[in-house]
Amino acid sequence: MNAIVAAAPSTSRVRTPWSEFWRKFMRQHVAVIAGVFVLLMVAAAILAPWIAPYDAENFYDYDRLNALPSWQHWFGVDPLGRDIFSRILMGARISLTAGFVSVAVGALIGTALGLVAGYREGWWDRVIMRLCDVLFAFPGILLAIGIVAILGGGMTNVIIAVAIFSIPTFARLVRGNTLSLKHLTYVEAARSVGASGWTIVVRHIFPGTIAAVVVYFSLRIGTSIITAASLSFIGMGAQPPTPEWGAMLNEARADMMSSPHVAIFPSIAIFVTVLAFNLLGDGLRDALDPKIDQK
Amino acid sequence: MIQYLIKRLLGLLPTLLIVGILVFLFVHLLPGDPARLAAGPDATPETVALVRADLGLDKSLPEQFIRFAGGVLRGDFGKSLRTKRPVSTEIGERFLPTLWLTVAAMAWSVTIGMVIGTLSAVWRNRWPDRLGMTLAVSGISFPAFALGMVLMQIFAVQLRWLPAIGADSWRSYILPSLTLGAAVAAIMARFTRSSFVDILQEDFVRTARAKGLTETVVVLKHGLRNALIPVVTMMGLQFGFLLGGSIVVEVVFNWPGMGRLLVDAVDQRDYPVIQALVLLFSLEFILINLIVDVLYAVINPTIRYK
Repeated sequence: MNAIVAAAPSTSRVRTPWSEFWRKFMRQHVAVIAGVFVLLMVAAAILAPWIAPYDAENFYDYDRLNALPSWQHWFGVDPLGRDIFSRILMGARISLTAGFVSVAVGALIGTALGLVAGYREGWWDRVIMRLCDVLFAFPGILLAIGIVAILGGGMTNVIIAVAIFSIPTFARLVRGNTLSLKHLTYVEAARSVGASGWTIVVRHIFPGTIAAVVVYFSLRIGTSIITAASLSFIGMGAQPPTPEWGAMLNEARADMMSSPHVAIFPSIAIFVTVLAFNLLGDGLRDALDPKIDQK
Repeated sequence: MIQYLIKRLLGLLPTLLIVGILVFLFVHLLPGDPARLAAGPDATPETVALVRADLGLDKSLPEQFIRFAGGVLRGDFGKSLRTKRPVSTEIGERFLPTLWLTVAAMAWSVTIGMVIGTLSAVWRNRWPDRLGMTLAVSGISFPAFALGMVLMQIFAVQLRWLPAIGADSWRSYILPSLTLGAAVAAIMARFTRSSFVDILQEDFVRTARAKGLTETVVVLKHGLRNALIPVVTMMGLQFGFLLGGSIVVEVVFNWPGMGRLLVDAVDQRDYPVIQALVLLFSLEFILINLIVDVLYAVINPTIRYK
């Protein structure tokens, strides 16, 4: 005879999508460390003018040209006598701003275009996707170089160029999500109770695309930091003496033989920063991907 | 198949046309007067007017575009403002070094990337996977120009094994193509791994194992083939990445290719050269994607009839 056992009342807290995401994300230790590192970087970049030991552009230590790292100059001194640690700190401001602002602008415009293309379909979709095809037809950094050639060099124009370069990927991503979301029952339900197109897109479809956008956002910041630094490296972005990491590497190139340490620290700075964003993005993706929990 | 090819080719025409118009308008988007740019800073107004008429800049925009498009179709991009030589000659000398560099980078990076991706998927969550994926995430995070400088410092300056700059022999190709391909190898490894992991969970793989095939046959014959389908598409996109990346790598290694020519041309506002190069880079990219799409249709018949 089988006794019917009542299910024990669950003692765990209510699982919301947010708490589920947080639980899965916190399990990924590498991504959590990367996330903490990104936060520290952002804090250091914001506080850079106050915590940098020397003036990044106007302090010259003529007694220690090309000096190797020491207690006085943590990352050494460059051939002009400037403190490399201070320059890297100030450079973090530039690179993080460039990465964040350009991707934010690209994501904003791309998401809006993707929502419209996916929701309206027809003509809107064709025009927007054709536009994306054209932007995609310029390989890699070439589009950014073309835009910089028109607008002129400098960091602001680099940010604009990288933002335009990010639009089509976000547009395609969001369009794909919108196309599949809009046929789901809950969207039809919203429509059947008389919700306007605007309400459906903003309140019901857009939240469904956020997860994909956030993951891509993080991964894209890494790429954009590299693109912006590359443009400065080939002389089209920040100009010397601005302590932008790519521009610093370009300056260091001439003295690679005598003082390789001048090139090493900006390289490490770019690598570690981009790596942190990529690891964070990977972790976010795994935490937001419903397939991963099945293993 | 022929029908699919024709459909794809016709589909490219609007994109090509818009790219052409954008590249054409490029001159008019530049700040300043293109005729003055072409005539030089010290030219008198009369000379500028002559140059304007000579370049056809006094005609209406549609007329200018037809002239430009006609020239492009005949391979005539005008003269370089800097060297006064025909742009086609300038680019002709630079075309092959860039092409071979990208092909060499593509060849090694795709091969190595797919091998690492496959090994990582097969030994998922064990040390080959961890090592492979650590390498891969580092590869996408290290900027090409920094990697190029590091490689040059170690292998050319310190060890003196390989030449640092120029494109004289096959040994000159080693460092630049390593630099250029590293990120692509990393992306291919990550992509192959995720594609392979999905495939290995499919029912037909279980069936293959259930009927007693060895793991090697299951992985290579049943897994690899199917996992490669999305990887092939990815390859087309990556080629674009390489074409763009070659611009930066050519600057590092002082490579006599189209990328460095472009950087110099932008620097000196040599707009006919910029126009021709942007058009050529895009055209190459579009063509490669077409080839990849056709390859994809050959592998996967369902695409052809969609």
